[in-house]
Amino acid sequence: MTFTLGGLRTILRDCAGEPENGDLDGDVATLTFEDLGYDSIALLETLSRIEQELGVAADEAPMDELTTPQALVDYVNGQLARVTAAA
Amino acid sequence: MNAEHRTAHGPAATGPRAVTDDELPVVTGVSVAAPNGLGTEDFWTATRKGVSGLGPITRFDASSYPVRVAGEIDGFEAREHIPSRLLPATDRATQLSLATTEWALHDADLDPAAFEEFAGSVVTANAVGGVEFIQRELQSLWSKGPRYVTAYMSYAWFYGVNTGQVSIRHQLKGPSGVVVTGQVGGIDALAQARRRLRSGQRFVVAGGADAPVCPYGLTAAMTAGNLSTGADPATAYAPFDGSARGHVPGEGSAMMIVEPLGAARERGARNIYGAITGYGSTFDPHPATGQPPTLARAARIALDDAGLAPQDIGAVFADGAAEAGADRAEAAAIVDLFGPGRVPVALPKTMTGRMYGAGAAADVVSALLAIRDGEIPPAVGTGGLAEELGLDLVLGGPRPAALDHVLVLARGDGGFNSAAVVSRVS
Repeated sequence: MTFTLGGLRTILRDCAGEPENGDLDGDVATLTFEDLGYDSIALLETLSRIEQELGVAADEAPMDELTTPQALVDYVNGQLARVTAAA
Repeated sequence: MNAEHRTAHGPAATGPRAVTDDELPVVTGVSVAAPNGLGTEDFWTATRKGVSGLGPITRFDASSYPVRVAGEIDGFEAREHIPSRLLPATDRATQLSLATTEWALHDADLDPAAFEEFAGSVVTANAVGGVEFIQRELQSLWSKGPRYVTAYMSYAWFYGVNTGQVSIRHQLKGPSGVVVTGQVGGIDALAQARRRLRSGQRFVVAGGADAPVCPYGLTAAMTAGNLSTGADPATAYAPFDGSARGHVPGEGSAMMIVEPLGAARERGARNIYGAITGYGSTFDPHPATGQPPTLARAARIALDDAGLAPQDIGAVFADGAAEAGADRAEAAAIVDLFGPGRVPVALPKTMTGRMYGAGAAADVVSALLAIRDGEIPPAVGTGGLAEELGLDLVLGGPRPAALDHVLVLARGDGGFNSAAVVSRVS
């Protein structure tokens, strides 16, 4: 199982709405959440939703490092791979 | 205030601090979202015609509840009025606050970005919190578990969140706050706005919002024991009537832009609806003490604050609890101040239900529009005891009246009383 940018877009839209700046369907992978207008609580909500859907624990996530959609997707995939390897 | 009143009751002789004309707090923008009209124009058109927004509860299946009638706003789709970023993070009351604030700013033709960032403040009233949001998250908590409670719950339920979201959205960084004083909050918010202007703020967004029509909101309100169980929307809320059986709750928001008169004129404000000239607030003694309630005193304080006598008041917008004892007490207070049948009494909330934190703010807007249009709106579906109680309740249709000063009264559960005087600015 891998988590994609498309999957993140769906979750973001649902739990934090459209970005204040720019188009979520555009080239947003390396823009920061801050630049897109998603604040820390929107990110927290997004992580919580990812936990509900994929089982990646939200409270262990290094939020300070997850500043862009790509960083978040990579982190989630890393966690999913660890779970798969452990199993 | 006109010159005659200034001469007769000079502001220097009244109140703790003289207010010059330039400092007079005036309302330059208004907006109302109410069950009988979304936006000021629809609301006021309906209110003047006596068109009620009360109806059977449709937002949820209320068939197992003793309360069947409420004031719901039809046709308010939050996504049409506020950014999608805010939708998952806001209760309906906050969404109504954001929409009405935007409309009020537009009405005032005031762009906050044109001012220095600390120039504008926000003061809103809210009585019940974000009850619909709370209910949804409690359902998640109990049905799915704590990890399914949204992070937005941390603030979205809170009384102060309407002020906060308005402040963030319009970058209004002046000292702001929330007043939680039940159903008198809409007046208390204006009083706090006036204090802010006195301490130098350039403008204040002030008003109130509440959205109590959901199972949790209704159940919580029912514990006070004063909600009407009437099933007919035309008669369920009947203040000053033999059939009075409690009130009908309503959802709504009313926002105003308040500025000093001098600065408003200087920027060429296109509307100056009127001035907030008087304010009074009291809290009743505990009923067990046997001491009488203090609504009349709140009204006298407001009149003194405005430098006016009862005969200067052209109309009273009453509270209208629709409880036999409270109705008699309010009628007695009005008669005590003005004499029996001596002042027209308006009750536009008979068309909206009691909108809690928004109610008194909406009444102030109605009072300002009544001054502007020279017309007192009618009360609907009630009034059988008004004459007996010594009240000249406006019924059956709008009544033409040249109004210079209007008194707005409000009471809340547990002893809150507030009164405001709004005056024509000539």
